Amino acid sequence: MEQRLNAAAQRATTATTQRDTTMYLKKRARIGEMMIQGVLFLCGMVSILTTIGIIVVLSNEASLFFADSRVSLVDFLTETLWQPSIGQFGILPLVNATLLSSLIAMLVALPLGLSAAIYLSEYASPRMRGILKPLLEVLAGVPTVVYGFFALTFMTPILQRIFGKGTVDFQNVASAGIVMGIMIIPIISSMSEDALSAVPRALREAAYGLGATRLEVATRIVVPAALSGIVAAFIVGVSRAIGETMIVAIAAGGRPFFTFNPFKAAETMTGHIARISGGDISYGSIDYTSVYAIGLTLFVMTLGLNILSQRIVRRFREVYE
Amino acid sequence: MSAEETDLQPATNTNLPFGDALQRNIAVRRRIGSIWRRLLLLSLIVALTALGLLLYNIVDRAFGYVALEYRRPPTELLSNRPLEAVSQQDLIAIIQENVSRGRFRTLNRESPLEQRSKDEVYIVLLEEVARQRVVHSWSLTDSLLRRSLVAETMREDYPDATLEFRSWLSWAFLNTPMSSRPDFAGVRTAILGSLWMICLTILIAFPLGVGAAIYLEEYAGRNRLNRIIQTNINNLAGVPSIIYGMLGLSIFVRALNPITSGQIVGLDNDNGRTILAAALTMALLILPLIIINAQEAIRAVPISLRQASLALGATKWQTIWHHVLPVAFPGILTGNILAMSRAIGETAPLIVVGASTYIVTDPDGPFARFTALPILIYNWTSQPQEEFRKIAAAAIIVLLVMLLSLNSVAVILRNRFRRSL
Repeated sequence: MEQRLNAAAQRATTATTQRDTTMYLKKRARIGEMMIQGVLFLCGMVSILTTIGIIVVLSNEASLFFADSRVSLVDFLTETLWQPSIGQFGILPLVNATLLSSLIAMLVALPLGLSAAIYLSEYASPRMRGILKPLLEVLAGVPTVVYGFFALTFMTPILQRIFGKGTVDFQNVASAGIVMGIMIIPIISSMSEDALSAVPRALREAAYGLGATRLEVATRIVVPAALSGIVAAFIVGVSRAIGETMIVAIAAGGRPFFTFNPFKAAETMTGHIARISGGDISYGSIDYTSVYAIGLTLFVMTLGLNILSQRIVRRFREVYE
Repeated sequence: MSAEETDLQPATNTNLPFGDALQRNIAVRRRIGSIWRRLLLLSLIVALTALGLLLYNIVDRAFGYVALEYRRPPTELLSNRPLEAVSQQDLIAIIQENVSRGRFRTLNRESPLEQRSKDEVYIVLLEEVARQRVVHSWSLTDSLLRRSLVAETMREDYPDATLEFRSWLSWAFLNTPMSSRPDFAGVRTAILGSLWMICLTILIAFPLGVGAAIYLEEYAGRNRLNRIIQTNINNLAGVPSIIYGMLGLSIFVRALNPITSGQIVGLDNDNGRTILAAALTMALLILPLIIINAQEAIRAVPISLRQASLALGATKWQTIWHHVLPVAFPGILTGNILAMSRAIGETAPLIVVGASTYIVTDPDGPFARFTALPILIYNWTSQPQEEFRKIAAAAIIVLLVMLLSLNSVAVILRNRFRRSL
């Protein structure tokens, strides 16, 4: 009897311990935790929704534009006249002005930004870098509307003084482009500097050991090794220049002229969107939908460039060690 | 013999310089090196000079001499008494005598004259009765260095005008609403509009952005969807801001009009171009920035901290809430402040979403129509008269000071964060 009782007690204790451990170790469904995770997931989904929103909105309104009888896709892409009042919708003048101003911007930003990056990463002492780099970053923090003010009230008068008031318009692509280049310098320099600093020290030391000068190490060893990063920085810079609005809206001009002369006024895609949608336009009018067609073109261009730059970084990155 | 010769003169077989030629070669390469070194430094200096010129150009316009003309000189109106000797009641009486009854009532309706400060009443007097007008203005450089030129222009072109040194950036400028006349325009409504917008923006974007960052860093497994989210955030950071404006115009201003116009809370307003619509747009614009920064801050938290907490039996969320987030918080905050300063200076999306340029009443809530500081700068810069450029420069200083103070807070936070680790 006693034995049986003992055995029963023993069984009971083992059973409870077993039950306890299984209860303890089993993954319990925690409703609260799952809800939190769900909410956080939704936060992450907002960015996906934003992208979908952008694509849907742009293509939806743009399709309304192309559905209009006055518009044809071929004319849109090939005509050199943008004049909604007489039903002429050729995007080329706007694209042309955008590319022209971006080209000027990159002519300013690439040499200056890259040289600054090489100097900061290869020549400057840590103390000097500590002073110069934040100063350069201040340039990146200045709002673009301030650059627009600078272009119109400072750069244009200087260009007019150099080339004469007759050749340089009051609003012109050149001054907008140059100032845009100044704005892009810090983007190019900081991205390139990251790429240059990522080149391992051993590569430099080896070149020094063979008797190369500092410049030779920088231009023949470090820059080629960091080329993918520099190219990516360049592409991001172009994409920024194409998408930049305020500088060109203020300084480049308010009329869509088709011209290759940088001293003439011409309206870029972004400038046109800002001017048209800034006024009181009626929703659904052809002016309104045409802005979205331009926006779609702009979005495709910048997105393509951004994806390209990410690809380049990923594919051509020299992986050391 | 022949073997010895090749040993002594290895250069004969290759093109490598030797002896004197080697010295010359090294000297030339050194010289090229030092020339390029200077060129590289020069380009850095050029970039920084551009920054200097930008600031100089702004300050140069924000201060300087102005030539003022009056229809009735204020000395005559105050009967030659100094301003200190005249009471506010007297000033109001002078105004009442000289303006039409309807105008006087309008002035009182905007804000009762008795309740305004004496300086404000004096400005009303200058604007309404003395009809002060800036006929010419000089830059700061001209005002300081070419005094004779200023005096000459005054003598020849504006013999009746009074010369006065004016800081376009003044307390009155900060504290008066928008006006169509540059010498009496101010930025109060714009500052309030910007502040309202930025507060709402951060209220929306902060939880969303930090939430997304926590999800991506702590919960997201390595699956396709999460990779898409991550790439997508990086791509969104590169989308031009004006595209966000168009998104905001279509979604927030038009599609969600009942919400953004305030009809849903019973307001009688059918225009969706409100602070709320702008703030929602801005929130989407800065969301990628906040997420990327917060992700970096969370990633910097040592993994051992999480493991210790989990080992003691805390759940995943308890670990994140009590251990990961407090450590990452300063970094997250820094990223947020930088995103805020981006949103304050952003102009293009506001133009598209429809911030107005001419607003004289202070915004009183999220459903008010509003104007913002960058919008005013854009509008004033686009005006042909030089005086508008002056107030644009003054407004830029206000904007830059706002940005500078925000950024210094971020720097201070970052330094404190570094020390604590």
